Amino acid sequence: MRRLAAALGAAAMLTLPLWLASPYHLHVVIMAGIFTILALSLNLLLGYTGQLSLGHAGFFGIGAYTSALLALHWEWPFWLALPSAALTAGLAGYGIGRLALKVRGAYFVLVTISFAGVISLISINWMELTNGPLGLPGVPAPELPGLSFRTKGAYYYLVLAAAGLSYLVCHRVVRSRLGRAFVALRENEPLAESVGVDPTRTLVAAAVLSAAMAGVAGSLYAHYTRFVSPEVFLFSYTVTMVIMVVAGGKGTLLGPVVGAILFTALPEALREAMAWQWQMVAYGLLLVALVFFLPRGIVPTVASWRR
Amino acid sequence: MATLSVEDLAVEFGGVAALAGVSFGVRTGTITSLIGPNGAGKTTAFNAITGYLRPRRGRVALDDVPLTGHRPCDIARRGIVRTFQKTSVFPALSVHDNVMVGLHLRGRAGVLAILGGRRAVRDEEARLITEAESVMTFVGLGHRRDEAASALPYGEQRLVELAVALAARPRLLLLDEPGAGMTGGEKERLIELIRRLRDDGLTVLLVEHDMRLVMGISDTVIVLNHGRVIAEGPPAAIQAHPDVIRAYLGASARA
Repeated sequence: MRRLAAALGAAAMLTLPLWLASPYHLHVVIMAGIFTILALSLNLLLGYTGQLSLGHAGFFGIGAYTSALLALHWEWPFWLALPSAALTAGLAGYGIGRLALKVRGAYFVLVTISFAGVISLISINWMELTNGPLGLPGVPAPELPGLSFRTKGAYYYLVLAAAGLSYLVCHRVVRSRLGRAFVALRENEPLAESVGVDPTRTLVAAAVLSAAMAGVAGSLYAHYTRFVSPEVFLFSYTVTMVIMVVAGGKGTLLGPVVGAILFTALPEALREAMAWQWQMVAYGLLLVALVFFLPRGIVPTVASWRR
Repeated sequence: MATLSVEDLAVEFGGVAALAGVSFGVRTGTITSLIGPNGAGKTTAFNAITGYLRPRRGRVALDDVPLTGHRPCDIARRGIVRTFQKTSVFPALSVHDNVMVGLHLRGRAGVLAILGGRRAVRDEEARLITEAESVMTFVGLGHRRDEAASALPYGEQRLVELAVALAARPRLLLLDEPGAGMTGGEKERLIELIRRLRDDGLTVLLVEHDMRLVMGISDTVIVLNHGRVIAEGPPAAIQAHPDVIRAYLGASARA
């Protein structure tokens, strides 16, 4: 039964551009894929180590700008720009981690917020590099010999592969001694230390992985919309990611995936269903209901029903 | 030939001396108990030895390797693992996963190998799982494998704690009131376990209030009072020591 559902789901995902003709719907699905990577990345920190990064849009934006600038100024192909975006965002994650994870908790939240704020200001004011609020238009679509990712259908497969790979990375990490160390620090830090878990090193590793993954999402976003502006650093992006992780089920592998798909589709569905005045009200009410009835998130609650 | 040597260890809290220059040694392969009235400084000594507290002065060394100033995780790496006075487990994790965290230092896999899904990582994982099974069997929690640690009765949670510490394969094990909250039968089992560990070559330093437990298993007993060592020796000598009797019965016994 379960295997059948998984097979059907995989088949649906692999053939999606064939039966989902509307470019608009395909666009929503691609954005859901990019947000899946972001939610997975935030979940490594928030769900597994228990540290809340409220500057995650900062890592996303760094990835987007790195990739766009390398492609525009140095004409790097996407296939080199993407890993560079991951590397740059990962480096930023290392810096923030070293700086903030010695103190952790509320201080980490504050440092990550300020980090995203500062990066956003730089992107607005460093005209020579970033073109300021006007942004960077004309980011090229990825190309392979004989294959262009210019169409939404092709880009969908690229995002699907990246999201699948991100999921695989999370899967491997959380089932390893590294992932166990993440959870141990969340559950009982003094006890974790007593058996040799190094808190700083472990949390910095989590921050680097998480930031690099957010950088990948940023790069995918830049080469999809073909345009990057300081808007990528919006705080509301971070809030959306947190909602996705918490509503889906933090500290589970599938939770962020479910959360990302749901909360990318939901605003679009509301837009079709009602006048704009009511959209945010409905969104808010649904969120309150989710937190109230499924406080642990969708995936853990459903899993406990099945047992 | 002391495994652990503590010299002139002093800790202050806001000007009050919790430890006022304590020196003692723990010999390899023995069970040593640290006893004393409440507030004597036993847990403070544990915290200072294992790096959870920075002593004001003094030095701690394991086999002549100095440990003072290191972080708890580095001290664990050098072979000293401690348990906590208040029950301390990973509450949301199953017993098995608790023990798997305890095996942290027994694994080698680095980030890149893990991301690459290397075969060596999978082999190591299988080996750690086998080790976790044997640790759970040793403390008698095999039947609780998949239950959340927080769902276990108190006495068994204390065994989880012991299992987590043992999984790290310490050379020196510091147990802070391991028998607290256990029933009589559970305590008997605990005593048996600690003896078996010692016979397997583990060195144990114990803080405990239950005198029957202490006198029953200790090779050496060290008595702390007001942050100082007031007596040290085999259990029988300690039980008859006038200063110890005075410390436990209070100043009125002096008359």
